Amino acid sequence: MGWNKKDLLGLEYLTAEEIALILDTAESFKEVSTREIKKVPALRGKTAVNLFYEPSTRTRVSFEVAAKRLSADVINIATETSSVRKGETLIDTGKNIQALKADIIIMRHNCSGAANILARALEISVINAGDGWHEHPTQALLDIFTLKEKLGKIKGLNVAIVGDIAHSRVARSNIWGLTKLGAKVTVCAPQMLLPPGIELMGAKTTCDIDEVLRSADAVNVLRMQFERDENAAFPEQLDYFKKFGITEERLAKAKRDIVVMHPGPINRGIEMSSGVADGANSVILEQVTNGIAVRMAVLFLVSQAKEGKT
Amino acid sequence: MSILIKNGRVIDPANKIDKIADVLVEQGKIAKVAADLKDHTETILDASGRIVAPGLVDMHVHLREPGREDKETVYSGTQAAAKGGITTVLAMPNTMPAMDSPEHLVLLQAIIKRDARVKVLACGAITKGRGGEELTDISGLKNSGARAISDDGASVDNDSLMREAFRQAKAADLLTICHCEDKKLSGKGVINLGFNSTRLGLRGISNESEYARVRRDIMLAKEVGARVHIAHVSCKESVEIIAQAKQQGVQVTCETAPHYFALTQEDIVDYDTKMKVNPPLRTKEDIAAIKQGLKDGVIDVIASDHAPHTENEKDIEFERAEFGKIGLESNLVISIMELVQQNILDWTGLIKVMALNPARILGVDKGTLSLGKSADLIIVEPDTEFVLEKSKILSKSKNSPFIGRTVKGRVAYTVYEGKIVYQS
Repeated sequence: MGWNKKDLLGLEYLTAEEIALILDTAESFKEVSTREIKKVPALRGKTAVNLFYEPSTRTRVSFEVAAKRLSADVINIATETSSVRKGETLIDTGKNIQALKADIIIMRHNCSGAANILARALEISVINAGDGWHEHPTQALLDIFTLKEKLGKIKGLNVAIVGDIAHSRVARSNIWGLTKLGAKVTVCAPQMLLPPGIELMGAKTTCDIDEVLRSADAVNVLRMQFERDENAAFPEQLDYFKKFGITEERLAKAKRDIVVMHPGPINRGIEMSSGVADGANSVILEQVTNGIAVRMAVLFLVSQAKEGKT
Repeated sequence: MSILIKNGRVIDPANKIDKIADVLVEQGKIAKVAADLKDHTETILDASGRIVAPGLVDMHVHLREPGREDKETVYSGTQAAAKGGITTVLAMPNTMPAMDSPEHLVLLQAIIKRDARVKVLACGAITKGRGGEELTDISGLKNSGARAISDDGASVDNDSLMREAFRQAKAADLLTICHCEDKKLSGKGVINLGFNSTRLGLRGISNESEYARVRRDIMLAKEVGARVHIAHVSCKESVEIIAQAKQQGVQVTCETAPHYFALTQEDIVDYDTKMKVNPPLRTKEDIAAIKQGLKDGVIDVIASDHAPHTENEKDIEFERAEFGKIGLESNLVISIMELVQQNILDWTGLIKVMALNPARILGVDKGTLSLGKSADLIIVEPDTEFVLEKSKILSKSKNSPFIGRTVKGRVAYTVYEGKIVYQS
């Protein structure tokens, strides 16, 4: 089967086959980064624009590296949210970039749905690099890619996602992607950070980290953002670490080869201990490496779809 | 000028009429309602197979003038109203400036006198600048023509200030219309709290943020013996609370809007900001309760909460887009589709909630076809099917979630004070 979507907005909108195609394509691109000359001409002559309304180094650089390894030209636009409020609307900004004959916009935005809104206003491709609390599809794809690489499959795996589920786009994308591929997902958080109706997305919920770790094949640990300005009361940092932090003691009771993931950047001593972050079960840096291959695959597929080659 | 409307099915709940008859309009008044009237008139309208009913009374309309004439004006809004079969509107006071002083009302009355195509009633603000901190001159507003007071768009958070507002409104014999929302609970929410807010990653608004404030406002009104009207009821708990209060004899009435029984949170697909309203679209259970409330008479009124916004304010990120939708031109047809065609209300019931009840609540002599009353009436083709098209919208703003819908039940004529103000 082929790929016919001009955009990647979220994993909710993809079929299991489309997700598998991205993973397979990423597999074939992974080798490029191991070459002496880390470049293929797949996107030569194409222009990718990184349009980031929210600060991000990790994701932006990963996309930039991915696009450059495909020989695309990359332009970075960092827009402060405030200047958008004062001036140009999102759609106007997008149309200007389109008028520059760019081919792909990679957008990070603090409003949920911003990528959806931009994508339907434009003819060029939009890749969602994280929108509000909604989705962060390439992060989930690289998580799934890494998991599949480590454990050989996704179907039937027990995957725990731990942390601030309510405000996490990474959690949402992972739930959609993993459940579509047949994994069993349990989200684990203090009650106040479990959003209503999350079960209807296909995830089980629990507040008991030790219980969920006992049967988990993998645990994806989310970054806790204690600086959030929200109505809901937030747990105390130390208290959170005691009740939900991933420690060596907790891992000792888990499966021996449990895969520990984190989308970064890590708060050591809050979400997980340093021992776990740097330990044998951690695949955190491999995730970063795999992110390049996954993003190369996504960039490649959406640009193919636009040309109607598939 | 006289008009004879022949052979229509006349629906006039005030006079318990539902029969085929002719209606004669002379000198702007209803002159006769009877069978086989002789036609010595200038204008004869054939209403065979059509409904003839009192002009609708919409008690929740944002005309935006003065201040935001880019969104709507008294002129454009009343044209849109006429197209929707509405001959009386209550203009909400959240204009710029707000209708928070007799002087501002005088300003508005001048615009109305100049531009209005149907009856426009004014609503004053409860607090100065609708800021929730200092009461307006409530009896002064009444004397300057305000038919009600409301801080619509906001709720007065301060309990004792709200109690005092009810007390003064009672003294002035003025209706108080409450926008019930506890901001401490709704916060920065943009859609209903639940699976859909979780799925879309948007902040949710709970039912509680509405019904907790409904409960408070009813309690305060009851304490001082004032009349209170709850605006835009959207959730099942509010319906229950109002039903109980009515049983206890509290002078409470309420309204809902068509989007609260025609749309649910599931209709917010792909961040369509035309579906962003406050209170938010709720669940199927809430819709069922709203429909039952209309059937039981707990909900007295259907109003549009017509809230025009420019495309600049809507065609942006969902979280930043304005709340609200237009409704003057779709109110009747959506209500026919959802209520009459689904046997929730019959035509008499529909005209009650869209004309007679709001007129009575506002204390205006409208909503009937009684002899000698102002000839405000509509002729509706109940079986005519058409598509709600953006290009046909008369309102200055086009933010309707119903664009593209195929509907049945078209307004053929709207007559206001004996003159045809709209003809399809």
